[in-house]
Amino acid sequence: MRWATGNFDLIAELTLNHVRLAIIPIIASFVLSIPLGWLANRSKVTRAIVITGGSLLYTIPSLPLFVILPLIIGTRVLDETNLIVALSIYGVAIMARSASDALSSVAGPTVDAADAIGFSPMSRFLRVELPLAGPVLLAGIRVVSVSTIALVSVGVIIGSANLGYLFQNGKQRGILEEVVVGIVISLLLALIFDLALVAIGRLAMPWNAGSGAGRRLWLRVPAPTPEPADARADTRSPA
Amino acid sequence: MIEFQSVTKRFPDGTVAVDDFSFTLPSRKTTVLVGSSGCGKTTLLRMINRMVEPTSGQILIDGVDVATQDKVKLRRGIGYVLQAAGLLPHRTVLNNVATVPILTGVPKSEARAQALGLLDTVGLDRALADRYPRQLSGGQQQRVGVARALASDPNILLMDEPFGAVDPIVRADLQLELNRLQRDLGKTIVFVTHDIDEAFTLADQVVIFKKGGVIAQSGTPAEILAQPADDFVASFIGADKGGRDLYLQQRPDDRGLTLVVDARGRPVGILDSDSHSDSDSDDDVAAGSALP
Amino acid sequence: MNLLLEALRWIVDPTHWTPGGQSPLPIQDRLAEHLAYTAVAVLIAAVIALPLGFFIGHTGRGRQFVIGFTGSMRALPTLGLLFFLLMVFGYVLSYDWAPIIGSTIAFVILAIPSILAGAYSGLESVDRVTIDAARANGMTEWQILSQVEIPLALPLIVGGIRAAVLQVIATVTIASYAGLGGLGRIITSGIGLNDYDLILGGALLVTALALGIDGIMALLQRATATKGLTDLRVSEPQANQPTPNQPTPSQPNI
Repeated sequence: MRWATGNFDLIAELTLNHVRLAIIPIIASFVLSIPLGWLANRSKVTRAIVITGGSLLYTIPSLPLFVILPLIIGTRVLDETNLIVALSIYGVAIMARSASDALSSVAGPTVDAADAIGFSPMSRFLRVELPLAGPVLLAGIRVVSVSTIALVSVGVIIGSANLGYLFQNGKQRGILEEVVVGIVISLLLALIFDLALVAIGRLAMPWNAGSGAGRRLWLRVPAPTPEPADARADTRSPA
Repeated sequence: MIEFQSVTKRFPDGTVAVDDFSFTLPSRKTTVLVGSSGCGKTTLLRMINRMVEPTSGQILIDGVDVATQDKVKLRRGIGYVLQAAGLLPHRTVLNNVATVPILTGVPKSEARAQALGLLDTVGLDRALADRYPRQLSGGQQQRVGVARALASDPNILLMDEPFGAVDPIVRADLQLELNRLQRDLGKTIVFVTHDIDEAFTLADQVVIFKKGGVIAQSGTPAEILAQPADDFVASFIGADKGGRDLYLQQRPDDRGLTLVVDARGRPVGILDSDSHSDSDSDDDVAAGSALP
Repeated sequence: MNLLLEALRWIVDPTHWTPGGQSPLPIQDRLAEHLAYTAVAVLIAAVIALPLGFFIGHTGRGRQFVIGFTGSMRALPTLGLLFFLLMVFGYVLSYDWAPIIGSTIAFVILAIPSILAGAYSGLESVDRVTIDAARANGMTEWQILSQVEIPLALPLIVGGIRAAVLQVIATVTIASYAGLGGLGRIITSGIGLNDYDLILGGALLVTALALGIDGIMALLQRATATKGLTDLRVSEPQANQPTPNQPTPSQPNI
């Protein structure tokens, strides 16, 4: 613990920076994924573009993405904006799929009923579909949150000042403790963010308070792709 | 012959599906277990091939306790048909039928040849042999299920609501087929259903259950229809308020035709004066129409 | 645009492919290293994770563990894990072996969650009725696993391996930063020499590799889909079908 107590200021500063760098992509992922998810549900073509496009972007490893992105958006490799945009791209790629699934799961009788009552399309979207899609969206954003926090540290390679610095510096100077501190704080941040998201979810969706939806521990968040259980439906054969 | 001796089944969550059940099912006959859901009939069926193990009591097949036999061998010697056919979706119809023979070591070509013969037996076109289950209709899938159950030439056939998921017309067809098959093959069939009419159509012996595996009445269809043991049975078979009592009626203008009416005087059909109904031919009481 | 063209020109320059070049060249050596590290790590991870995933999927025991495990592995910073292991092994192994052993273990640890999730969710997705019928027909548990569950679960199993492969490809790229070989070496050399051709060229090569391998595995995944189910396969999960997508990887590929 000697190194940690001696460098408290450094750790604090890096942690705060890390948090700052993680929050923007997380919020951006959430906000952008909803229209994208809506778009993906419009037709097979848009679905293919959004989902497959997201999937392709997600496949690109991070270091190459940090390097290629400047060509497209005009930042410099070492810019912070570059890192934030890259993290947002990954977040959106994960989340768009989630949002698409969430919104399509609400469709059907509920939406019909809302129309029949007299909701306008926009109003229906905001006040019926979105809230009902909430739990799945929450699950998706929790995955994005955890992944983003873990990924921020890779940004140290392109000069970003975050917890990743502890890994780099610790290795260079041979201080194992420094690396371990970095890992531990990173995990703690992920946990704190997750608890915060669950709390926000509980506030935003009080009707779900009784169910298990918001209450699952962060360790037990299922992946946002359709769970196997969804694929196992009634097995009756048609007549 | 299948014998249940004081069989009790208590599930881990505390529910007692069957309590101290004793009964003998005769060989080479169709015994139908009927009751509403949760009365234990499926549990009893699945104890015969040890898919469910009794908490206490024995089940004997031809005098041998099934618990003393190897589970896998036992199951390979008993045919099992269930509601959704349970066919392997990644295998062709032919390979599905040949499943058990291949498991027991019969050479593949021989097993497949036998399987083709079985398709004939259950009334399926041989052209379906290389299709996949998904490409068949529900009724066809069920026939494949029956063919698969017959493949190892078992003495016992266990059928768990096999016709429940198909529409009524197909179901009637399949029931007739089963009766025909039974006349030809003479297996010991244990059939579970919640439909009393299906039970009466198929059974040599009907066993009506209350909750907990308690027998309300057992007997031939005629025995039960003639004398329901109590109110529960009467209401279960629809005999309360005279629903099952039919009368013959002859009216002067009917030119010698005999009308069959129910207890409320509603015409059900015409009595076919030629013969008794055979169990395999169409209902001789033709659908009635209102007479003037 | 110019930078892109120059990088592409750098890639196709034949001198960069001639053997015996000075590190980080020749390109094919780095590519071979990259593929070798990936293959070895995924293989080891598969040997560990597949049987475990099959056991959990078939028996249903340990479900909570798998979900918890894959969830928490997502939170692990890959760079931290990598450097941690490199340092630990640096203490106990020689200078030459430490990077390779340490990195490989890191790759394996990162690959395991995806493969585990794929195997477990694939098996879970098989219709319980089909399994029940197979058991009632007299299949042993092993026969059920090998003849029914695994064949029907292949798309999801392959999907899990696919996610793991991409995860490792990405991590190998970073590991070059800590002294390992692979295509990432080209990028890090470029950073060191301030040569943008190297940096961008390396990045494009890694991207092409990742997309290419992903495409191949996607085809593989589709090829393993059950014939009896593919004629009805649509992008939405339907009754009685496993979802033919990959499970979410434990992390974005770093």
